[in-house]
Amino acid sequence: MRKQVGLLYTLPQILWLVVFFAAPLCIIVMYSFLKKGLYGGVELQFSLEAYTAMANPNIVLVTWRTLKISIIATVLTLLIALPCGYSIARSKNQAIRLFLVIVPFWTNFLVRIYAWIAIMGNEGFLNDILRALRLTTESVQFLYNQAAVILVLVYMYLPYAILPLFSTIDKFDFTLLDAARDLGATRFQSYVRVLLPNIKGGLVTAGLFTFVPIFGAYAVPLLIGGKDSYMLGNIIADQLTKTRNWPLASSISMTVTVLTTGLVFLIAMRKPREQKQVFDADPAFLQVAPDGKR
Amino acid sequence: MKGADVNIEGVSKFFGSFQALKNVSLSISKGEFFSLLGPSGCGKTTVLRLIGGFEDPDSGSIAIDGKSVAGLPPDKRRCNTVFQSYALFPHLSVFENVAFPLRIRKVPQQLVREKVMHYLSLVQLEMHAPKKPSQLSGGQRQRVAIARALINEPSILLLDEPLSALDAKLRQHMLMELDTIHDKVGITFIYVTHDQQEALSVSDRIAVMNMGEVLQIGTPRQIYENPATEFVARFIGETNVFNLKIISVDGTKIRGETEGLGSMFVDDETDAKPGEMVLATIRPEKIRISTEIPETNGGRINILHGFVAEPIYSGFQTKYVVQLDTGMLVTVYRQHANWSEGIPDIEWKDEVYLSFSAADMVIVETQGQ
Repeated sequence: MRKQVGLLYTLPQILWLVVFFAAPLCIIVMYSFLKKGLYGGVELQFSLEAYTAMANPNIVLVTWRTLKISIIATVLTLLIALPCGYSIARSKNQAIRLFLVIVPFWTNFLVRIYAWIAIMGNEGFLNDILRALRLTTESVQFLYNQAAVILVLVYMYLPYAILPLFSTIDKFDFTLLDAARDLGATRFQSYVRVLLPNIKGGLVTAGLFTFVPIFGAYAVPLLIGGKDSYMLGNIIADQLTKTRNWPLASSISMTVTVLTTGLVFLIAMRKPREQKQVFDADPAFLQVAPDGKR
Repeated sequence: MKGADVNIEGVSKFFGSFQALKNVSLSISKGEFFSLLGPSGCGKTTVLRLIGGFEDPDSGSIAIDGKSVAGLPPDKRRCNTVFQSYALFPHLSVFENVAFPLRIRKVPQQLVREKVMHYLSLVQLEMHAPKKPSQLSGGQRQRVAIARALINEPSILLLDEPLSALDAKLRQHMLMELDTIHDKVGITFIYVTHDQQEALSVSDRIAVMNMGEVLQIGTPRQIYENPATEFVARFIGETNVFNLKIISVDGTKIRGETEGLGSMFVDDETDAKPGEMVLATIRPEKIRISTEIPETNGGRINILHGFVAEPIYSGFQTKYVVQLDTGMLVTVYRQHANWSEGIPDIEWKDEVYLSFSAADMVIVETQGQ
């Protein structure tokens, strides 16, 4: 009886997932194994063409670039988010600081990208200042390169890294840092040897929360990037809307999905690495006389 | 003598507008087991954190072995701390926890093993070396924390309420073990506690603190038998306090009067003049309780009359709360040393006489309450 009631409660959720997640995913998987239609769409005929087409050097190059940009942006995000999360966790007015981190979520994603264009564009705020200071007469090209894409990606996904890091650090017992200092560690050593190992979980979560969406980024490289910063998301969109090769768009989507979920799985399944134990190799080691001599 | 001495002079400390320490001065000698005793919030932990280097004093100075430690960070001080919560590193094994200070100093592996096992054996935990702290009991964690704090061979060990998380029986046991360790390593122990029993049983000297001030420094016996202030008298053990109007002072022989109870004899030193009010205390175990009026034989014995409002039997003794004719409550302990001899039992609502010698009464200051 109870079991049935439980099913009843979860039914809307299951339906939601089936209709809006599982079904579209199945369609994409299916499309990726079909033949490309002449004017877009697909022909109902099995084919591996879409997968072999991915060997195209251009797609390989963009995959490699996407990986590179994602890794750099994720590392930068974590490097900025870590001190942010730490200072929020240690501050007395956590609520206000958390609020400030969350505020950007209420602004449309695209609006925030255009804000960056307004700041960094050739006729943007930054160039106005530079010209006013007579540091330059010509506009400096800040946008439309990889560095700009990485900068805006880091900005976009920073809150996703700060929040999990904050919640992990908030649970961390700061007396441990006092203890490390007391036992001879410098401030830096206390962070590296005591704080970091104890917030590993938060670091992994924050890393995934940023890496996965950045790997599938579309709007940021489209609006901020140039020719050298095209990412997989842009290729998929192009294949879907311009080249009209739906199977190829589907097969690239599948690759991105499998790669990222595979990564998540690997990290989630990994066994917590056991502390290196001197004793395993040397059981006689335990037989120590009370004076410490063997 | 191993260890170091600590000299604290006129130290004050503010947290925002709250003054945690008010002009505190202490001098702790080499190798001493020194306790800071007081209720929570009295500033005792702040004193410890100042010595450990976790806080800086707003005024005054702290010197270890005659050298000022102003501005010196915790990792540069020759003292180590046993934290109230133990603060063991959860990601490291017991072995690595104790080895932590050596790893920081990059001591060779062979030496690390020897020293860690030596200190683990000092606290009888060799067999638990590979375990994680979460797999240990409270008492074992406590001992890991002690071994870890000792392995750097500090001159001073700071203990911040190290036993407060343990149950009563284990606390007694660990207390004795701490005492043994102190005897073995011979360094200065500075022990913070709010438990007067703990402080009395292991300390060489005790500083009693309240509201950021040191009220009295002395041996356990001095503090208990000769409390300086009413607060110290009430905080250390139980006591009975009487308001006394001085009638005559003859050397240390004082005669006073308590409202409704008549005249009272006290043998103590006082600056008070006849006509002034003082506070006099008597410990519950120094009062005799009887159903018959006791003989005074002309001695300086005080006798009070009342009835038993509450008898509390606790095996080795019975605590009687006696309501005097004036309504005042007086606590009396009666030891059951000779129970089998058939001394008449005193029960609830029995009429009783309380008697105590003038020599056992002490005059205390009212300040610090």
